[in-house]
Amino acid sequence: MTIWKAPWFWSWAAGALAFAATLLLTDGRNGGDLLSAALTFASFSAIVGIGQMFVITLGPGNVDLSIPASMTLAGTLSLKFMGGDAALIVPGLMVALGVGFGAGVFNYLLIRLLRIPPIIATLSASFIFQSIAIWSNRGLRIKPPQSLSDFTTGATLGVPNLALVALVLAVIAWVILDRSIFGRWLSAFGQNERAARLSGVPIEGVRALTYIGCATLAGLTGFLLASFSGGAALNMGTEYLLVSIAVVVIGGSSIAGGNSNVPGIWGGALFMFLIVSMLNSYGLGAGVRLIVTGGIIIGIVAAASKKGARA
Amino acid sequence: MNARFRILLPIASLAVLLAATFYMQPRAMSYFGLNLLFNLAVPIALATVAQMMIIMVNDIDLSVGTFVSFVACVTATYLNDAPLIGALILLAAIAGYAAIGALIELRQLPAIVVTLGMSFVWGGLAILILPSPGGTAPTWIRTIMTVKPPLVPMAIVASVLIAVIAHLLIMRTSSGALLRAVGGNARAVARSGWSLVRLKAAAYGLAGVFGAASGICLVGLTTSADANIALRYTLLSIAGVILGGGEFTGGRISPVGAVIGALTLALAGSFLSFMRLSPDWQIGAQGAILILVLSVRLLFARSNRKKGAAQ
Repeated sequence: MTIWKAPWFWSWAAGALAFAATLLLTDGRNGGDLLSAALTFASFSAIVGIGQMFVITLGPGNVDLSIPASMTLAGTLSLKFMGGDAALIVPGLMVALGVGFGAGVFNYLLIRLLRIPPIIATLSASFIFQSIAIWSNRGLRIKPPQSLSDFTTGATLGVPNLALVALVLAVIAWVILDRSIFGRWLSAFGQNERAARLSGVPIEGVRALTYIGCATLAGLTGFLLASFSGGAALNMGTEYLLVSIAVVVIGGSSIAGGNSNVPGIWGGALFMFLIVSMLNSYGLGAGVRLIVTGGIIIGIVAAASKKGARA
Repeated sequence: MNARFRILLPIASLAVLLAATFYMQPRAMSYFGLNLLFNLAVPIALATVAQMMIIMVNDIDLSVGTFVSFVACVTATYLNDAPLIGALILLAAIAGYAAIGALIELRQLPAIVVTLGMSFVWGGLAILILPSPGGTAPTWIRTIMTVKPPLVPMAIVASVLIAVIAHLLIMRTSSGALLRAVGGNARAVARSGWSLVRLKAAAYGLAGVFGAASGICLVGLTTSADANIALRYTLLSIAGVILGGGEFTGGRISPVGAVIGALTLALAGSFLSFMRLSPDWQIGAQGAILILVLSVRLLFARSNRKKGAAQ
């Protein structure tokens, strides 16, 4: 397969283009800083994007709208639990992952027991998660332990620590998707649920694990983001709803399910950050930035659909 | 579930909630009280009907909230200062909505992603028009929204009017039946010679009209606007359609139900404040009510199926 036919190629190309366009303006200065900022911020989008990708792979109608609420809840509760105490970092992480896990179980149970479409299930659940977060937060901003804060803003061998974490997760996700039986089951489920069930795929197990995995990743992202930005805020997850879906689509995964790829998530996540910083450095305001971002998302799906029709 | 049965559950939900509200706060059982309870329901009802138009053709619109915000910003600025230009902008926006519907059908794009992209675009435009909260509501809309008809408060009259118009439009005309048929069996509609592109454009255009009406009414109530004024309408409108007995697929929707669903959601907020529940839990309670209604619906559907099997 030639490289430009790979589904993830265009997201990387677009990211590189935005990077080059930004550097053009600064005559190549600050390239390293920009790259490390891009890697850091793309990490958050990449982690939630991986979770969302697994959910979207399940097929039409499958999308997790509770990601922002799960992130906020996990960030809020874990920071409150740690209370700035460095000794509690590992248990704090466990709290965040546990909150995510619980949110995923709740989502799945709603889908399974009430037979409601995942969009509505995760939507109603997100209302509840959000309320719990508001209630437990009470406008307080608890700082993360210093060492955790240093870790999330620091770098190892020049690479931001967060990017390393997200990279490891991406590799694990790639192995699961492309090299494990679970990945096969997931794709089979997304391509044809009935055929998958008849050929003995444990579809309920696959669906449960997918939703739980996605919410757990959202919990982890909430933990990292809250530590990175010096405390949990109630609106900290808001933008990640759109971003998580956008990186999946830009990354070349099929929105109709059954066909996904992990490298594209990173390409999409880097692109989403770089396009914003490009428009910023060209001095364009928030309004234009949003319009361009939206136009690009629509342009990419429109272009991708043409490719799909020809193939 | 047939159409007659479909409307029973939303009515029952609203009645139960209303009874509970009157029980908690008997003083609400008055002209003034009712007006206060349902005041903000009018724009929510209009946004819900807009969302229903999209769900009717098996799509989902994630841009309703930002579109209503955008319209609110236009209403509080251009429509007030230069009514002609303001009206032209709104017409162009509605045409834009229809064009999106045509594009989605023409290129077979996933509506959820395209409307996600559009939500960035509308949000960006809103910020360009009104960078900071402000503006003034045109006097005429202010007058309409605060008019005090005899016996029944304005909010109720308006809701009934919206329900009747939407019902006549969708359930009682041949074009309405055709639009519902697109959701039911798009291929059959296309085979019998109708243009799916035009029909989708019509459905999206109608959504644009109701969305615009929602934004205008909202400004009439709040007297000023800001770019984020109606962001939560996206989720509220989806919830309202489903509460009102609509389904995600098959063109099975109920305009009257959708309006009742919107009223239920609006009432839920007031009810909780009467219960002296902290405002923290308001969003969560809306989620819980949604889940509750869906569970009841499942029970009804099950007992129906059993009856069907016995016959």
